[in-house]
Amino acid sequence: MQIARVIGTVVSTQKHHKFEGAKLLLVQPVTLDDKPRGTPLLAIDSVGAGVSEKVLVVLEGRAAGEALGRKGAPVDAAIIGIIDSVDIQE
Amino acid sequence: MQLAKVIGDVVVTRKDDNLTAIKLLVLQPIAADGSNAGRTLVAVDAVGAGVGETVFFVRGKEASFPFYPVEVPADAGIVGIVDHYDIDPQSTRPASGAST
Repeated sequence: MQIARVIGTVVSTQKHHKFEGAKLLLVQPVTLDDKPRGTPLLAIDSVGAGVSEKVLVVLEGRAAGEALGRKGAPVDAAIIGIIDSVDIQE
Repeated sequence: MQLAKVIGDVVVTRKDDNLTAIKLLVLQPIAADGSNAGRTLVAVDAVGAGVGETVFFVRGKEASFPFYPVEVPADAGIVGIVDHYDIDPQSTRPASGAST
């Protein structure tokens, strides 16, 4: 799983039917010190996250499909938690 | 999934039987500001996308799911056409101080 920040929303009318009713959010993976890392991704939201929140993202098909609650959905990323805090012991 | 712009199509005559009648498009992944991000790739199309459109695509084995039960040998597939997307300008800057 990865830590990411929600940076935006995406609207799509014409999409695969398994996406119907699902919320799509743009997330920017971040490092532990909150710096952007890599390019933003599109993830299905299954926990009710909102823009600017820090979230936990799975980047694997089976896990993302389970988060969506639909078998055989063509998804590869899903938000599965909203992060309250991260503590690192150096 | 990732955002991308459709920049072309690919015509392949001699191919795997399971790719028959499946449209192949060339994608340029894009960043949140619309700039190019990473290398171009070829993806199968499951939603009827066309050149010039902004789409989102899935990577990996899930790319073949829309064609079930046909097992399409693809590692990238377009699964939606983007109407529009909104970026929160505050969120693209690294947060200073307390985080949510």
